[in-house]
Amino acid sequence: MTKSYRFQKWMSSFLVNSVLIVICIIWLIPTLGVFITSFRNSQDILTSGWWTVFPHRESVEVARIVLDRSVNVDGPIQVEGITTTFEELRQGVQLPDGRILTWFGNKRTRTIVVTEMRWVGFSHKPLTLKNYQDVLTGKEIRFIDARGNEIVRKGNDLGNAFINSLTVTVPSTIIPILIAAFAAFGFAWLNFPGRGLLFTMIVALLVVPLQISLVPILQDYTRLNLNGTFLGIWLAHTGFGLPLATYLLFNYISSLPRDLLEAAYIDGASNFTIFTRLILPLSVPALASFAIFQFLWVWNDYLVALVFLGDSNRVITYALASIVGEKGQDWHLLTAGAFVSMIMPLTIFFALQRYFVRGLLAGSIKG
Amino acid sequence: MRSSFTKFSFPALLAGMLATTVGRVVVSIFVPLVTFIILWQIFIFLRDSQAPRIVIAAVAIALGVGGVAALYFLSNSLVEQLPIEWTKRLQPFVFVGPAIAIMTWYLAIPVLRTLVLSFKDAIGERWVGLDNYLFAFTDRIMLETFRNNLLWMIFGTSFSVGFGLLIAVLADRTRLETVYKAIIFMPMAISFVGAGVIWKFVYAYRGEGTGIQEIGLLNAIVTALGGQPQPWLNIPPWNNFFLIAIMVWLQTGFAMVVISSAIKGIPTELLEAARIDGATEIQAFFNVTIPYIKSTLLTVTTTIVIFSLKLFDIVRVMTGGNNGTNVIANEFYLQRFTYGNTGRASAIAIVLLLAVVPVIINNLREFYRERRGF
Repeated sequence: MTKSYRFQKWMSSFLVNSVLIVICIIWLIPTLGVFITSFRNSQDILTSGWWTVFPHRESVEVARIVLDRSVNVDGPIQVEGITTTFEELRQGVQLPDGRILTWFGNKRTRTIVVTEMRWVGFSHKPLTLKNYQDVLTGKEIRFIDARGNEIVRKGNDLGNAFINSLTVTVPSTIIPILIAAFAAFGFAWLNFPGRGLLFTMIVALLVVPLQISLVPILQDYTRLNLNGTFLGIWLAHTGFGLPLATYLLFNYISSLPRDLLEAAYIDGASNFTIFTRLILPLSVPALASFAIFQFLWVWNDYLVALVFLGDSNRVITYALASIVGEKGQDWHLLTAGAFVSMIMPLTIFFALQRYFVRGLLAGSIKG
Repeated sequence: MRSSFTKFSFPALLAGMLATTVGRVVVSIFVPLVTFIILWQIFIFLRDSQAPRIVIAAVAIALGVGGVAALYFLSNSLVEQLPIEWTKRLQPFVFVGPAIAIMTWYLAIPVLRTLVLSFKDAIGERWVGLDNYLFAFTDRIMLETFRNNLLWMIFGTSFSVGFGLLIAVLADRTRLETVYKAIIFMPMAISFVGAGVIWKFVYAYRGEGTGIQEIGLLNAIVTALGGQPQPWLNIPPWNNFFLIAIMVWLQTGFAMVVISSAIKGIPTELLEAARIDGATEIQAFFNVTIPYIKSTLLTVTTTIVIFSLKLFDIVRVMTGGNNGTNVIANEFYLQRFTYGNTGRASAIAIVLLLAVVPVIINNLREFYRERRGF
């Protein structure tokens, strides 16, 4: 009785785990493919799938036989102990021991390639870091394409784009949080006319699509000469991030214990002191959650950067998208570039996953 | 506050109210405006300097962030110098004013400005009445985008939420829960452009010809099974589904995390009771789990529907909207930035806004229900 129950339990756990493992493998494989490809030579990428870096059986050339001038290639050919013809050799002839004979090129080469199915290991196609060097630099780069031609072109300068992305992201994360924290405190603890109405506006703005703002704000930016500047994009991300930031921080700050603040007021502390000395330190978890959320959002943003920064200060998403557009078949650059763009968010994500999840749960509706 | 007013005559009262309002507006705009001007000056200075980019970036970051903090401090100390009554009246606006001012400039006023522009011509000069809306609702291209967004909303959302629910429920019963969840959740950290590259490689097509090896995973699988390689992203209408798969890959993690935390909130007694009453696991799932997390499912679904409505990056990077894959947000971009038609772009933006109005109303209703104190 207990034995069959235990078996049943083991079975169901086994089933559940199998389903999950299959789903996880499906989820991981696309990224794994790009990761492996980013370390392969440009020519290898185009001539064989990335999965061939794993040990597998593959036909490997073991010898070449050059036929003697006396052999008539139009008649029966005697080779390696069998009799065959040119036409058959062209299709490939299997020897009794498993080796395969294939004619090389046209009739006049008089050459037969002998191949054999062999296990090939990790080492048969060497991996390289050159793709990363090529994609990071803005100088001239050289690589080999599928047909073996050498190609020379200007690099995509992702190194610079990485710094640009940092320059955009750090202030675009900190400034809205700071402004939102002040506002959240004001809404939560201070009384003033219009408080309800103004907060209603914030709630209404939570899900307004960005597209609504792009046309008019771009007009303003053209007038103010802010197009393509870091300042312009900082302000834009601040404006677009503020409703959610204020809303989330308000929810947190308004739930702090009231007695604590009243005690501080009685002790004669001013609003400003209470905010900087009491509210801010207590709100660190909420601030951190939103900071990670906003950091990833800005780092990964493409639309706002495309519209307000464009080509003048390329951020990483913009630079990567332009490799896709210009050089869609240069997989060695694309895959390395994709990984360069992912390093930052993935590091932050795995290091601070707990905060990120908390931020997501608190509310993830964003224009 | 009211008692202080009674001392004054009516004109003085009016003047006092006017002064209060002006004071509040000044306080609200002061910090953002001064910050803006200072940052602008620093910015111009830095742009012209020859320092290495990384130094410029560091200085800009320090001054930008420090400047904002300093200005709050400054405007607060100014307001605290005023008579106590004025301090009381104005101080809240030291705190909330800058946020309100920035949101008004960047989001609230643009709604009206875009609305006005949507009734004007391509360069925003002549009034054209409803012409742009006529385009938005009847043009062949727009109808195609509506169809595609509908596909994204229906299939993208149902698969994301469905997988998210499945994984959340299954992972809840395993010891390796955190590992499974981290793997499914990982794509959330990746940009849509990065995800686009990853999936473009899965769908890669090398064309036909002797000796050509398929390097895309999907075509390799198809050829290994004896099929013909296909240019997946060029076959309408199926290419839409290959793009939607990318969104499912990205959004399932989000759905899973939110649903999973709701499942953890179900009291164990509830499930135990159902099991003791003889319910099978599947019955318990449909009669206990699902009703309990219904509101969470609704929130997740709404969020992903809005996301798929505004979807832009994936289509932009993968196909540029060609071959029957165009979506509303991409058509907005094309109208504004490729064809330079402000009027049509504005009308499309208004269409997007109209589509989320029910959600806005619902958010407001929820908010008022939860916080009667406001």
